[in-house]
Amino acid sequence: MSSGAILILGGRSDIGLAIAKTYASEGHAVQLAARNVATLEAEKADIALRHGVDVSLHEFDALDVDGHEAFVEGLPTLPETVVCAVGALGDQEENEQDHAQARKVMRSNFEGPANILGVLANAFEARGSGVIIGISSVAGDRGRATNYIYGAGKAGFTAYLAGMRNRLASKGVHVLTVKPGFVATRMTDGMDLPEKLTTDPDTLAKAVFKAAKRRRNEVYLKPIWWLVMLIIRNIPEMVFKKLKI
Amino acid sequence: MKLSGWGRYPAAECTVTAPRDEAEVATAIAKCPGIARGNGRAYGDSALNTDNTISTRHLNRMIAFDTDTGTLEAEAGVLLGDVIDAYLPRGWFPAVTPGTRFVTLGGMAAADVHGKNHHVDGGFGNYIDWVDVMGADGSVTRASATENADLFHWTIGGMGLTGVIVRLQVRLRRVETGWIQQRTIAAPNLDAAMEGFETHNDAPYSVAWIDCLSRGASLGRSLLMLGDHAPLSGLPNKFRQIPFGPPPAKKRSVPFNAPGFALNRYTVKAFNAVYYHMGARKTGTDYVPWDTYFYPLDSILGWNKIYGRRGFVQFQCVLPDESARAGLEALLTRVSEAGQGSFLAVLKKLGEDPHAFSFPMAGYTLALDFPVSEKVLSLMTELDAVTLDHGGRFYLAKDARMTETTLRASDQRANAFAAMRAETGAASAFSSQQSTRLKL
Repeated sequence: MSSGAILILGGRSDIGLAIAKTYASEGHAVQLAARNVATLEAEKADIALRHGVDVSLHEFDALDVDGHEAFVEGLPTLPETVVCAVGALGDQEENEQDHAQARKVMRSNFEGPANILGVLANAFEARGSGVIIGISSVAGDRGRATNYIYGAGKAGFTAYLAGMRNRLASKGVHVLTVKPGFVATRMTDGMDLPEKLTTDPDTLAKAVFKAAKRRRNEVYLKPIWWLVMLIIRNIPEMVFKKLKI
Repeated sequence: MKLSGWGRYPAAECTVTAPRDEAEVATAIAKCPGIARGNGRAYGDSALNTDNTISTRHLNRMIAFDTDTGTLEAEAGVLLGDVIDAYLPRGWFPAVTPGTRFVTLGGMAAADVHGKNHHVDGGFGNYIDWVDVMGADGSVTRASATENADLFHWTIGGMGLTGVIVRLQVRLRRVETGWIQQRTIAAPNLDAAMEGFETHNDAPYSVAWIDCLSRGASLGRSLLMLGDHAPLSGLPNKFRQIPFGPPPAKKRSVPFNAPGFALNRYTVKAFNAVYYHMGARKTGTDYVPWDTYFYPLDSILGWNKIYGRRGFVQFQCVLPDESARAGLEALLTRVSEAGQGSFLAVLKKLGEDPHAFSFPMAGYTLALDFPVSEKVLSLMTELDAVTLDHGGRFYLAKDARMTETTLRASDQRANAFAAMRAETGAASAFSSQQSTRLKL
């Protein structure tokens, strides 16, 4: 079990790569899946050199939902753990005007991730074991004017993970929902993030590893975000709608 | 973003970019004159540029490793500690390591760092096969002792001022275990300490902690620490099960800046005296894990905060063999008179160094650190003068305040370095606060 492979969906993302390295450092083989995956050769070599584990690359497009079953069948082994770090932040103002763009953001954060995890969930259920880790977001906890298109996708994903956890709890398959707040990644490069609320991919990855090992169901990272979102969720709507947060 | 070196002095508001590939490095270089920054472990302002500090933290991939020769090809931002984590369990250790493992390979090359084995093995530069340096025009040149040799010799120890090191290949050394066989010798004064270094010149590792507040007959009393990689057969049974040592101990950290009064001449003097006598009682041979031996301070994250908000400055010079004895006595006398004790006073014998602008020379190096104050800064100016009088020179990776005049007077090579920079165009593309201050 300890050396079962981990599949990273969104293997180019800083969070996905950091989780891959953390698992590799514990002796797990790594399957990196992303679009144009050949460009991840350097990451593959790096992980293999550092940790002496097998690393393989797999072409994967989250939005090509019809190809997902074939993708899973094409993996060298069915992984023990899957992490879905697929997502797209988009630009809220742009998305309000460009509906095609908005659709893509919602599909990238919900439809694609949910579909591939649905396929893997069935395979894990049939095997009777596995861990599914979904990287959602605190943005899914309540829609806000500044990022509700992204947030709506993440809200859908969070609900999907919760339902899947409920369904698979008795089947030996564990589902972990990760809700990061601010993370200093390529996605947030150049944004002015408050230090006390911001984590980095490596710290996040270690926390995810620990949470999965302890079979936690839902984690906020940093943990302070649990409190922040508790407050935000509980502001009455008639007040909330007038706020600028 | 507010940046400083490890000494937290000086600090400056800097525009920082963290490129992820060569193209992004080239874009950063094209923007305006800038300087590469690794993990920020140089003490002063070597890696500060207010307009354009180029962090190599994302250029941190290992590229290839040859298991026969122990040769590692890696991007410049790979941390030394990560190299140890990856390769010590497979029987390889850095051929040269500074006193912290939280440095990048690129930073180590740029400062041509030395370790406790410099007197035998030379500096880090001796174990670099080649460096890939991105120049002012954004093109990358591979430089080694045989190919583009000038660029190579100026880059090793060139403090990032020849270009951005993006990639390099280094050689590791084979070790059977991660344990160090350590022998501590108490030296009651400076003569005894220097004699110890000479007597044990063939010890692979040697360094002395020196009590810089002792005076008179015990001026320069030291604990000389000799070490070697322990072979498997030499290990006591209890360690043989874990030949590569226990994993680094849980790190403690200094949570906040210590108040200014925490370190004063009395506390430091007491600490130094207790440390010496404890060490003197424990002399003899024992086995210590690699991390305690090489990186005692790494286990206290953020130890630089113990010097308080104003930060601290390091003084490190090297004196040539012929004048080392007199020079060290003069330096230590001045320090103990001033009563400005330093927790981390280190004496070490160095060997020759072949690189064009590297710090080491055959002789003795003394490193001291002091909390920043007006008084300390003027003491350091005095120490500069004593060093100059004895033909010594200074370590740029530690420097935060030297003057251009002092540098030029101490090091004939500075003019040639500056001329090379002007001629190759590096001067108009690469600069740090330090290079501006020192007119390099």
